[in-house]
Amino acid sequence: MSRIIVVTSGKGGVGKTTTTSNLGAAIAKQNRSVALIDADFGLRNLDLLLGLEERVVYTAIDVLAGECRLAQALVKDKRLKGLVLLPAAQNRNKESVQPEQMKKIATALAKGYDYILIDCPAGIELGFRNAISAAQEALIVTTPEVAAVRDADRVIGLLEAEGVNKINLIVNRVKPWMVEENKMMSVEDVLELLGVPLIGVVPDDEKVIVATNKGEPLVLGEYDSLPAQAYLNIARRLEGEKVPFLDLMANQGNLLTRLRRMFGG
Amino acid sequence: MLNMIKRLLEMLFPWNNNTNSRSHAKSRLKLIIAHDRASINPDMMEAMREEILDVVARYVEVDREEMEFSLCNDQRMTSLTANLPIRQIKRMCELKEQIKENKSLDLQQIEITEIELEAEVKPNKTSI
Ligand SMILES: Nc1ncnc2c1ncn2[C@@H]1O[C@H](COP(=O)(O)OP(=O)(O)OP(=O)(O)O)[C@@H](O)[C@H]1O
Ligand SMILES: [Mg+2]
Repeated sequence: MSRIIVVTSGKGGVGKTTTTSNLGAAIAKQNRSVALIDADFGLRNLDLLLGLEERVVYTAIDVLAGECRLAQALVKDKRLKGLVLLPAAQNRNKESVQPEQMKKIATALAKGYDYILIDCPAGIELGFRNAISAAQEALIVTTPEVAAVRDADRVIGLLEAEGVNKINLIVNRVKPWMVEENKMMSVEDVLELLGVPLIGVVPDDEKVIVATNKGEPLVLGEYDSLPAQAYLNIARRLEGEKVPFLDLMANQGNLLTRLRRMFGG
Repeated sequence: MLNMIKRLLEMLFPWNNNTNSRSHAKSRLKLIIAHDRASINPDMMEAMREEILDVVARYVEVDREEMEFSLCNDQRMTSLTANLPIRQIKRMCELKEQIKENKSLDLQQIEITEIELEAEVKPNKTSI
């Protein structure tokens, strides 16, 4: 049985596309087949993050217009067996697709792949409704900031109203040293507020940006880095494995924190 | 220079400065999320209102027209306020009658309420 999962957040720029690309690659690394759908029409990015932009020929719009077959539009990742991307059109706006059409595409893809991950655009308008139309599950991406958490709560409410009840949370861009200094909400704080199960914690890490620059998902080039581990762990938890959450503070044992501990902080 | 020392001290002893923006963020969010949830979900509010009214109406006669039901936020907490003008308090025998009809109610529980009610009523009677 394949799973159709939407990656969404409400607020923009919190890491939906970063999560979709890196998690997609991590799932493929676990020998599962996965199709990534870029549902951010008019503002497509997923191809760039995956480093596949030069190989995009057709988009979802061409499939819907009958100008190519679905299989033709899929861009295969040569580095990772089982990973494909269905690109969004860049020159059309969000209004050119309807929820029913998206649903048709996702359901068709579900026949051939273990996982379908849908990268949702920001907001809660048509683009959002398109992206969630086929979803059976959702991954909510948030950062430990007030606006992101508020929007996440709103989106969870909307998903529940649409009957998407399997909802898991990814807290992205956590800065452990700030949490330690009580300058940022902790993962526990966010969990308590949102009340949905946690499936992943991703640290704020330069490597994420470097990987984006190169168009190379973390599990490929930086597979032993902390953020790569975080994405691999999410992939394993999706499979039902019980994986302990990373100790993000482990690598933060710098002079300052050690000194502070000495003083009993 | 003085500033630098101050910053260093703050970094070393974060518990000394009282700008705990973490708890600030959390308490603000608690409020705003409660409010958001209530306003997104008018269906749930309506269902809750009806259910509360039904329970209250078993014991007292309320003025459904005049009642107010609202979710309020003040600086520190979110609270549900129900203002239910009471027309009349029902008699014990009326209550029993209703209970017989409504099989879903636990009779034993009602016995207890009855005793309590009587206890409250007694002093009134003697004063008459
Ligand atoms: N864990 C992280 N550490 C560091 N930087 C990150 C992390 N996650 C995301 N970013 C950065 O945050 C920015 C926004 O990320 P991304 O494009 O994935 O967000 P988005 O939610 O898809 O945005 P949009 O709503 O515009 O689609 C990017 O520059 C990305 O590199
Ligand atoms: Mg995006």
